[in-house]
Amino acid sequence: MDSAKNIKPVLELKNLHKSFGDNHVLKGFNLKLYDGENLVVMGKSGSGKSVMVKCLVGLLQPDSGSIKIKDQDITAMGQKELDVLRTEIGFLFQGSALYDSMTVRENLEFPLRRHKDKIQNFQDTETLVKEALENVGLANAIDLMPSELSGGMQRRVALARALILKPQIIMYDEPTTGLDPITAKEIIQLMRTIQLKYHTSSLIITHDVDCARVISNRMILLVDGINYAEGTFAELSNSKDPQIQAFFKN
Amino acid sequence: MNIANPILIRTKSFFAEIGDMAFFAARFFREAFTSPFEFKELLRQCYNMGNRSFFLVGVTGFILGLVFTLQSRPTLMQFGAQSWMPSMVSISIVREIGPVIIALICAGRIGSGIGAELGSMRVTEQIDAMEVSGTNPFKYLVVTRIAATTLMLPLLIIMGDAVALFGSAIVENLKGEVSYMLYFNQVFNALSFSDIIPATIKSFFFGFAIGLVGCYKGYNCSTGTVGVGEASNAAVVYTSMLLFVIDFIAVFVTDIFIEV
Repeated sequence: MDSAKNIKPVLELKNLHKSFGDNHVLKGFNLKLYDGENLVVMGKSGSGKSVMVKCLVGLLQPDSGSIKIKDQDITAMGQKELDVLRTEIGFLFQGSALYDSMTVRENLEFPLRRHKDKIQNFQDTETLVKEALENVGLANAIDLMPSELSGGMQRRVALARALILKPQIIMYDEPTTGLDPITAKEIIQLMRTIQLKYHTSSLIITHDVDCARVISNRMILLVDGINYAEGTFAELSNSKDPQIQAFFKN
Repeated sequence: MNIANPILIRTKSFFAEIGDMAFFAARFFREAFTSPFEFKELLRQCYNMGNRSFFLVGVTGFILGLVFTLQSRPTLMQFGAQSWMPSMVSISIVREIGPVIIALICAGRIGSGIGAELGSMRVTEQIDAMEVSGTNPFKYLVVTRIAATTLMLPLLIIMGDAVALFGSAIVENLKGEVSYMLYFNQVFNALSFSDIIPATIKSFFFGFAIGLVGCYKGYNCSTGTVGVGEASNAAVVYTSMLLFVIDFIAVFVTDIFIEV
């Protein structure tokens, strides 16, 4: 990604600190995500990956540090500005987080109805919903309730919902956790297809080595709240450092 | 010191919770009167709460009127005062028993439902998903629910009171051979605005309390299924207590301002 380093990042984290009481989770974490890049952040469970990504979308307030998305510092933003910026970000939650009182159609329509101004032709909601579901191979599930879907299908619908506003950046929080290996592979493949189709920049939080190998252009290892190591999958997986090796051993 | 510590901690956490709830209520008023307004969701919540509680409140009200009249009849007959039955039943039900019983029923039906629904939404990150999609979840979920309970509870109480009086009229008609016309004539003669208005104002506060506690407990639910259960349970317990406190204050204030 040397050429990428010459261009401006779409997302930049500088010296991020976050504590919960005495538990200092992030201790000066740094990250840059470039346009069209798939960046994987790997770390052990409880290492602060999800905390970091929640700080990125404003769900948690960092103790200190700066978070810039498309050159705008989100820590200094008002609620309305943040809501507008959030339409540029898709977020896939670990547990899918589909609204269980709504059908699949209503789940997908929800962000569209909230941001009518972003979608020029609001009459075309139906087309957008169908297109998003076709992209994830679930056109037939449009009138089903989330409880009627399998775990893999729920993850696909959640991905369709994250994509419906055509965001420039997508964040995946443990996209393959809780799925069987075959479904996990399908989701990873889907993530690649979507990245190629929409030219999105993706930040993927995972501890799934297979996912990282297939999808990453670049990786950051998050250990003890800091960037412990950074590089391509090949560089990190061939490292002699025992701490790094521990991530890649089966 | 060892005995005092847990009591001190509990007292502190009790007052801290009351403080948090007061901030939550203040946020409700702040967000309720600023745009954007979620009218569609408010109507949906009003429909859900009113429609789903309609049958339960109706049955409860009917049995309340029936039983109250059956139990009171022998005592009134001993004094030869059975002709006072419609007045006594109507004033008791409209002023006190109707609003309190129906509010308690709704605390169980609606309050626990709100606590469990918002709690499970918190635990499964649905509230976070809403926020990330650029929607203010407090406005969409909390403001609409509290407003809906505040608006719908008075209507449910009025409906429940009417059904309770109808139940009482049936007993009087069957046992005392009092015509429905005579019974309701006596009811309306006995009731005055000083009975109806304070009871109606009180029921708005009951509705607000049910929505507020249910939403507060659900929205701030701790993680895990245990947290959802606790939120649902605490919503009912806290609301029931709060309803009696509100009732006491309402009766006290009414007593000061309205001469009976």
